[in-house]
Amino acid sequence: MSKTKIDRTPLSGAESVAQAMRQINPEVVAAYPITPQTGIMHAFTAFVNDGDVDTEMIRVESEHSAMSATLGASAAGVRAITATSSNGLALMHEIVYIAASTRLPIVMPVVNRALSGPINIHCDHSDTMAERDSGWVQIYCENNQEAYEMTLLAIRLAEHKDILLPVMVCQDGFITSHGVEGVKLYKDSIVKKFLGKYKPKHPLLDTKNPITIGPLDFYDYYFEHKRQQSEAIHNVRKVFPKLVKEFKKISGKDYGFIESYMMDDAKEAIVVMSSSAGTTKEVVDRLRKEGRKVGMVKIRMFRPFPISEIKEVLKGVDIVAVLDRVESFGAVGGPLFNEIRSSLYDYNNKPKIVNYVFGLGGRSYTPELGRQVFDEISKDKNSKDYEHNLVRYLVVRN
Amino acid sequence: MVDTKEIKIKNLKELSKQKERLAPGHRMCPGCGAAIIARMIMHSTENEIVVANATGCLEVSTTIYPYTSWRVPWIHNAFENAAATLSGVETAFRSLKKKNKTKKDIKFLAFGGDGGTYDIGLQSLSAALERGHDFVYVCYDNEAYMNTGIQRSSATPYGASTKTDPAGKVRPGKLEFKKDLMEVVAGHGIPYLAQASPHNWADLMKKAKKAFETPGPAFLLVLSPCIPGWGMPNNKTIEIAKLAVDTNFWPLYEIEKGKYTLNYDPKDKAKPIIEWLKSQNRFKHLLLPKNSSMIQTIQDHADKKMNYLRMRANEK
Ligand SMILES: Cc1ncc(C[n+]2csc(CCOP(=O)(O)OP(=O)(O)O)c2C)c(N)n1
Ligand SMILES: [Mg+2]
Repeated sequence: MSKTKIDRTPLSGAESVAQAMRQINPEVVAAYPITPQTGIMHAFTAFVNDGDVDTEMIRVESEHSAMSATLGASAAGVRAITATSSNGLALMHEIVYIAASTRLPIVMPVVNRALSGPINIHCDHSDTMAERDSGWVQIYCENNQEAYEMTLLAIRLAEHKDILLPVMVCQDGFITSHGVEGVKLYKDSIVKKFLGKYKPKHPLLDTKNPITIGPLDFYDYYFEHKRQQSEAIHNVRKVFPKLVKEFKKISGKDYGFIESYMMDDAKEAIVVMSSSAGTTKEVVDRLRKEGRKVGMVKIRMFRPFPISEIKEVLKGVDIVAVLDRVESFGAVGGPLFNEIRSSLYDYNNKPKIVNYVFGLGGRSYTPELGRQVFDEISKDKNSKDYEHNLVRYLVVRN
Repeated sequence: MVDTKEIKIKNLKELSKQKERLAPGHRMCPGCGAAIIARMIMHSTENEIVVANATGCLEVSTTIYPYTSWRVPWIHNAFENAAATLSGVETAFRSLKKKNKTKKDIKFLAFGGDGGTYDIGLQSLSAALERGHDFVYVCYDNEAYMNTGIQRSSATPYGASTKTDPAGKVRPGKLEFKKDLMEVVAGHGIPYLAQASPHNWADLMKKAKKAFETPGPAFLLVLSPCIPGWGMPNNKTIEIAKLAVDTNFWPLYEIEKGKYTLNYDPKDKAKPIIEWLKSQNRFKHLLLPKNSSMIQTIQDHADKKMNYLRMRANEK
């Protein structure tokens, strides 16, 4: 056996993000505990207290204040980060919207956890999906490596002059946040160079040029400001690929808005987000060995929504199963399902499409369940009345 | 500890030449106490300042986009989080200072109404005080949620009629006493806090100057007459603020490193509380014979508080 040098560090998803934060070395970090986010701030504050970074911590009394203080620091003109999960994000909700409308480049790692009630600490996407219209860029990570790299990319994306918007970098609670994998960390000096220095255009601390942030904005201007905000988030479509190209020199990776797996000739496909994409790839591999033309699409960026990529990749597919790790009460299907379904509207030969709500409150998504989905949709392909069973629940008791 | 009376401030002639930090032309009501208070407090330091403002009358009436009355950097985030927001701003500044990226000496100032301070913003204020940020938090207390149309807050005094607790046939307005916010804030052990009134401008400005010069958190609670909310003529703001002090409804005092100082004591020249009550429509119903016992209750409450302050001020 030849000895190869191991260049990977065993890290949990939470620790991977903390490593990214160490390299970012933000001026201000606000922290408030909530499981499973705590792993990030435990690791990061250890860096602070050991002098590995020179960040000023604000150990706040609530997530509402965490986001408020982060907003204040960012408006002052420095890099500012906070992180949260679930009820913490829900408590921030009011300020999450204000952060986006104030056009502040805050980066917030979010460890996805089911919203109460009932209270639960495990993974689903109900927390971040409730913020999908808040004006934040939302990136969903499959594994620890991606969580590390997306946190770094998020800084550049948020601060880009054509964007100036906050970014959520989401990873699955426990599955990713507490699962340890070998993570390739890039050299501090290289990462620092990539991140560059933050030069705010209108910092509040510029007392020579006083500005008013957060004025009262009525019907005569509010609408235009919302429209500008909308244009800014769509600019991510242009900017993200450029940043990925630049980052590729470090990572060697081509990160798209989506990732397609075995989709070139696929007739049946699963669309899914975050850690479940890894599981689904395994299922696709197994079924491919059996000669089945299956594939998977992972949505990496949910906001802005990658409509053109979706249209392109699902062309020629017979049937699509969209997996939502959240229930959208009273709607027909989950948020991802509705986005994908509406993306396909313009096709003449639309693929059939069904929705699976799965994994709520941390219920496992296993390769067996992935296979079950493929088996069911391959039957639905030839059925006329599959639409009567449009939205399904992946193993739930009645 | 410097005696507040000895603090040097400019005289009125000098002050009139100092550049206004809150520009005229804002939309506060004529006679509004909050605008007067904001100007005086900002005039009391010549340092550069950065202001955070909670949602409320002062905020909405001074920043109607695309206009602003603020000639200093100013930020409004939401209603309950001026203290948390300013914590972030001040921490960012501290970080830049530490890294030698700024040479400035900026003072940080928050304005919140009573609703934004006694009620919805109390948690964020409490935590910011406990963390010890270097800022001055000013609560302009007009004793109700005025911006939304005169609703009761925990700062609304006993007996007052508001839109959510009006003087009615079976309930004569608010029956709970005003929260003693000074005691709540004092419980945080911050280095300096004071209660002031806009009629005594020298006392207010000296306290503000002291607050700015105190390292760490300082808190000012300033009575802010409200023309529509209190039901009073718009040329009586200063007179009515004075009446609040002369009737012992609003004692002028300060707490420095735990030591209480009563800045003014009318002693036996104190006017009866009924004069204060008579000056505003929000108390009008108290003058009805059926409510006469309430006036005594208010008098007793004021006397008790004043005696408490005298006792504390006499502590060695
Ligand atoms: C979370 C939230 N709740 C309620 C409001 C509505 N609101 C805006 S200003 C205000 C009243 C503010 O009262 P106060 O703090 O006493 O200031 P004032 O208007 O009296 O100056 C209220 C209730 C809000 N903006 N945000
Ligand atoms: Mg008020």
